[in-house]
Amino acid sequence: MRNAEKYTHVSYLEHEGKYKGIWSWLLSTDHKKIGLLYLYSIAFFFVVAAILGLLLRLELIAPGPTIMDAQMYNGVFTLHGIIMVFIVVIPGLGAVFGNFFLPIMIGAKDVAFPRLNLLSWYIFIIGALLGVASQFAGDGPPDTGWTFYVPYSAESATNVIFALTAAFVLGFSSILTGINFIVTIHRMRAPGMGWFKMPLFPWSLYATAWIQVLATPIVGITLLMVIAERTLNIGFFDPALGGDPLLFQHLFWIYSHPAVYIMILPAMGVVTEIFPTFSQKPVFGYGAIVISSLAIAFVGYFVWGHHMFTTGISYWSRWFFSFLTFIVAIPSAIKVFNWISTMYGGSIDLKPPLLYAISFIFLFMIGGFTGLTLGALATNVHLHDTSFVVAHFHYIIFGGMGFAFFAGIHYWYPKMYGRMYNIKLANIAWGVLFTGFNLLYFPLFIIGLQGMPRRYFDYLPQFHAGHFISTIGAIILVIGIFMMMYNLIYYRHRGPVAPSNPWKGVTLEWQIESPPTHENFDVIPEIKNPPYLFKKEPQT
Amino acid sequence: MVYIVIRFRRSKNKEAMQFSGSNKLEIIWTVIPFILVLLMFYYGWVGFAPMRQVPDDAMRIKTIGRMWEWEFDYGNGKLAKELVIPVDQPIRLDLESEDVNHSLFIPAFRVKEDVVPGYDNWLWFTPIYTGEYEIMCTEYCGLLHYDMVTKVRVVEREVFDDWLENLEATGLIPDPPGLAVMKQNGCMACHSLDGTELVGPSFKGLYNTEKVVLIGNQEETVVADEDYIQRAIYQPNEEIVKGYARGLMNSYEDLISQEEITSIVEYLKTLNEE
Repeated sequence: MRNAEKYTHVSYLEHEGKYKGIWSWLLSTDHKKIGLLYLYSIAFFFVVAAILGLLLRLELIAPGPTIMDAQMYNGVFTLHGIIMVFIVVIPGLGAVFGNFFLPIMIGAKDVAFPRLNLLSWYIFIIGALLGVASQFAGDGPPDTGWTFYVPYSAESATNVIFALTAAFVLGFSSILTGINFIVTIHRMRAPGMGWFKMPLFPWSLYATAWIQVLATPIVGITLLMVIAERTLNIGFFDPALGGDPLLFQHLFWIYSHPAVYIMILPAMGVVTEIFPTFSQKPVFGYGAIVISSLAIAFVGYFVWGHHMFTTGISYWSRWFFSFLTFIVAIPSAIKVFNWISTMYGGSIDLKPPLLYAISFIFLFMIGGFTGLTLGALATNVHLHDTSFVVAHFHYIIFGGMGFAFFAGIHYWYPKMYGRMYNIKLANIAWGVLFTGFNLLYFPLFIIGLQGMPRRYFDYLPQFHAGHFISTIGAIILVIGIFMMMYNLIYYRHRGPVAPSNPWKGVTLEWQIESPPTHENFDVIPEIKNPPYLFKKEPQT
Repeated sequence: MVYIVIRFRRSKNKEAMQFSGSNKLEIIWTVIPFILVLLMFYYGWVGFAPMRQVPDDAMRIKTIGRMWEWEFDYGNGKLAKELVIPVDQPIRLDLESEDVNHSLFIPAFRVKEDVVPGYDNWLWFTPIYTGEYEIMCTEYCGLLHYDMVTKVRVVEREVFDDWLENLEATGLIPDPPGLAVMKQNGCMACHSLDGTELVGPSFKGLYNTEKVVLIGNQEETVVADEDYIQRAIYQPNEEIVKGYARGLMNSYEDLISQEEITSIVEYLKTLNEE
C-alpha cells in the first residue's frame, strides 16, 4: 500500500545523488543512510549471534553432550562473544543512532567528515567478514573465548589469527567514528547552541567517543602482539618464550573495561532522551547527568584490575582496584535517581519506548548491584569466573545496552521511516522479551553462587535445574526478539504514515519532517533556549 | 519507579509539572551512595584480608595444573590426583601451571586463585568439616576445561597420616626417556597410555599396527612404524586417524628432535609388551 503522495517533501530515503539504485546507498555519504547501513548489518549479526547463544543454551539444557561436542561448544561461545562484543555491542548505538541523530540533534547537515564516515562502515564490514571467515578458513574455528587469553591463544592450533585480525580491523572503524563525532560536536553545533544547551544523547556520544579514540589503540597493539607471538615466536606473553601472561590481561582489560562504557554510555544517552519526552517534563538534573557521563568515562579507565582479582596481582593493587570500582558506581547511581525524578510529577505516557527505557533501569540496576557484589574483594574470590559473572554481564550489556537499543529504535522509528509500527504488538513483544530475559539470566546468578564455573561444556548434576530454566528462558527470549523484529520490518512499508512529532518531543529531530530531507534542515536553526523546555512552543 | 509510572500516568495527570533539577537533591544522592559503597568496599576488604595472611603452621602442598588435570605433590615424590587433607589443619596450596592459565576453585571453601605459568600464586584455607567437595578449573583452558574437575577429601588426622604413609612415591621412579619427552611436551593431555579414548588416539598397542587414516579425503591404511610416528608428530594434520578431528594438534617439528622421537618409539614398543 505505497502511497506516492504520502509526503510533501523529498525524504533522504528517496533522495538520489550522483549514484542510482543500490549505489545511492553503498556510496552515500549521508549520515542517515550510513546509520541505516550500520543498522541493517548490525541487526543481521545480532540475529546470527543470538542464534549461536541459543545453541549454547540448548547444549546446556541437560548434563552431558546434547547437540554438539566440546570442541564445537568452545568454538560457538567464542564466536558468540566476538560477534556480540566487537561487531554488535561496541559499535551498536553509537554507529546507528549516533550517526543518524547526532547531526540532527545539534542542528547540522551532516557529520564533520562524511566520507570518512562511509569508510568507517566499509572497515567495519571488512572486520566483520574476517570474523566470519575465521570460522571457515584454516584449521577450524577459534576456541579461545572472546578474551583471547594468552598462553592458550598463543598455543591453540585453531584459526586464532583471523579472529584477532578481525577485532583489530573493527577497532579502526571504532576509532574513526570516534574522531568524527568529536570533531562534529566541537565544530558543527548550530548557532547559539552552547555546550550546555546540547541535548544529552550527543553529550553521552561525546564522552564515548573519547574512550573510543584513547583506549582502542591499546587493544589494537595488544592483538598485534599476540599475532607476532604466534607467527614470529616473539615472547611477549607466553612464558614458554619468556613472556608474561599477566601483561596480556592488563593490556587487554585497559581497553576492554572502558569498552563496557563505550557500550553503556550511549545507552544511557538514549533513555535520557526518552524519559523527558514521555513525561512531557524537562530532564531532571541536566548538569548532573553531563558530569556523571564524563566521570564514568574518566574513572572507567582505572578499574580494569577488577577483572584480575584472582590472578595473583599484589594485595594492594587488589585493594586499589576494588576501591575505584566502587567509586565508578556512584555516577551511575546519580543517573538512575535523575531519570526517576524526571518521571516524577510528569504526565507519563507508557508507550513502547518508555516501556523499554524503564526496563532498562530495572535490568541495569540488577546488573549494577551484582556488579558491586563482584567488586567487593571477599565475594569476588568466590564468584569470579562463575556463571554469576555471565549473568551480571548480560544484565548490564543486554539488559542495559540491548534494551536501550530497543527503546531507541521504537522511539526514533517514526522519524527514521516516516511510518508507525503496531503499538499493541510492540507491547506484547516487549512482555515476551522481558520475561524471557529474566528467566534466562536470573537462574545463572543462583547457580553461579553455588559454584557453577563459566565456559563449561558440561556440568555437575546439582546445577541442572538452573540450566534447564535458563534454556527455557532463552527460547522465550528469542521468540520475543523475532516478534519485535517482525513488527518493525512488517510495518516499515505498511504502517500508518507518522506525523513529524508523534511523541511531542522537543529536541531538534522532532522539529523537522519525518523522514528527514537529505540535508535535514532547510535553514539551520538558531538555538536560544536550553533543551527540554516543554512549556513554551520551541523555536518561536 | 512503578509507583511513579502509575501515579503520574497520562490519563490521571494531564499537565506535567515543570521543574528541572535541585542541587540539594543531587548532593544528597551523591553522598548517600558514596557512604554506602565505601561501607561495602570496607566489608569486602576486611573479609578478604585474612585470605592473604597464612598461619605459620599451614601445611604446604604443591599443586600442579596442566591440561586437563590437577596433581597434588606431598613431597618426597608422593603424588596424588585427589587432594586429601586432614580436618582442622590450615592448608596452603602453592599453585603451578605446566602449560596455560588455569584457576583452582573450591566452591565449598569459597577460595579461588588463578594458576598462571611463571607465577608463584597460592591460596590457603582451613577445612572444618570432614567430607568430599569439588575442585574445579575456572579459567578457560581449552577443550576439556569443563572436565578439569577433581575432589578434595577432608578426613580425620589419623586417616590422613595412614593414607599418606601408604601413598606410593611414584614421583621418585624416573620415567623412561621417551615418556619423559612426551610428558614434557604435554602429549598426555590428548593421548592416553592405557587405551582410554581422549581427544586423540591412545598410544596403547599402537606400534606396528595397521591404522586407517585420511589423507585429504582419501582413506588409506598405513602401518604405525617409526616413519609414521615421526610424520604424525611433525605433520599431524596430513594423515588423520579415522574418527578423529583435524586441526587439534600443532606440528612439534621445532620442539621434538629426531633422537627424541627414537626414544619415544622405544617407549611405545614397551607399551605393546604388557
